Amino acid sequence: MKIYWEFFTIFFKIGMFTIGGGYAMIPLIENEIVNKRQWISKEDFIDLLAISQSAPGVLAVNISIFIGFKLKKLPGAIVTTLGSVLPSFLIILAIAIFFQNFKEYTIVEKAFKGIRPGVVALIAAPTFNMTKSANINRYNCWIPIVSALLIWLLGFSPVWVILIAAFGGFIWGKYKNSKSKNDSNNNSQTQE
Amino acid sequence: MLLYLQLFYTFFKIGLFGFGGGYAMLSLIQGEVVVQHSWLTPQEFTDIVAISQMTPGPIGINVATYVGYTATQSVWGSITATFAVILPSFILMLTISRFFLKHRNHPIVEAIFSGLRPAVVGLIASAALLLMNTENFNSPNVDLYNFIISIILFIAVFIGTYKFKTNPILLILACAIIGIIVY
Repeated sequence: MKIYWEFFTIFFKIGMFTIGGGYAMIPLIENEIVNKRQWISKEDFIDLLAISQSAPGVLAVNISIFIGFKLKKLPGAIVTTLGSVLPSFLIILAIAIFFQNFKEYTIVEKAFKGIRPGVVALIAAPTFNMTKSANINRYNCWIPIVSALLIWLLGFSPVWVILIAAFGGFIWGKYKNSKSKNDSNNNSQTQE
Repeated sequence: MLLYLQLFYTFFKIGLFGFGGGYAMLSLIQGEVVVQHSWLTPQEFTDIVAISQMTPGPIGINVATYVGYTATQSVWGSITATFAVILPSFILMLTISRFFLKHRNHPIVEAIFSGLRPAVVGLIASAALLLMNTENFNSPNVDLYNFIISIILFIAVFIGTYKFKTNPILLILACAIIGIIVY
């Protein structure tokens, strides 16, 4: 029971500071789950991001579901999702009920003017942190660069990039496989 | 009751077809909530997007919670819409996670992920690049003071998180306090 309470409080905290969409959750999760508690390895973290991106729906929710499920199956997924959704649910509900003129509060506006560029930096940093755990080397470094440019400059949907990357990986795996088979065949032939 | 069913159906659909997360979902939400059902006026929709930017949490959840309440004037409306927008993710993600965790060592799955992993880094980079806009940084032509402060905050947070591994929550709170002081 204690572990579920821990899940809930961690994801509640993460949900509370996920400002500006699901990507802003990445540094928070990396800090709490990967670095501090080491519940998930750096490599698994990249895989879970790939999976969460390829499913429809809210990215932050998808990430929470995957981590909860990996750690404690269905009950874990329910607890992490509740934790990450509850802060925004309560805050928006309060705004809808009590202060519809919320955005006219200047102090909130000022605070968020400061927060926004900071959040962009928080999202930019993992790009460089992750190059190692994502196994990026000089042969495949064109993949992240081309992916980023397709989305940023040409307005491609991330879903397409994911599908193409997955398909490309599949084909490359097949090619490598058949090549190594041929090589071993050749080797056995020369030995004969 | 019918209204609740409509809310559920609409937000389930948004959750199911809202690929790409966050802002990619916005046009879908707008089509359903503003054009189809008139649960919000265009002005209210702009407001809720602004509110979403000023509150924590994913925008898809924010809009569901808000529309659920305004459409029914009841907390149950909020719960219905929020639950509905999460449900498709929940079902799909559980299925995919289960499959992945079971077959992760299969050569085909490994091959697919060898292509996906570098692309994911590109996706995150593109998210950061897309957010480097005048909405988040102000325009140097309109307000140079704001722009320079934004750039300084960006660089400070980048160094803090990248070099010193400072807790991101602390960095966000620091930005908020600086924002209140300097603006």
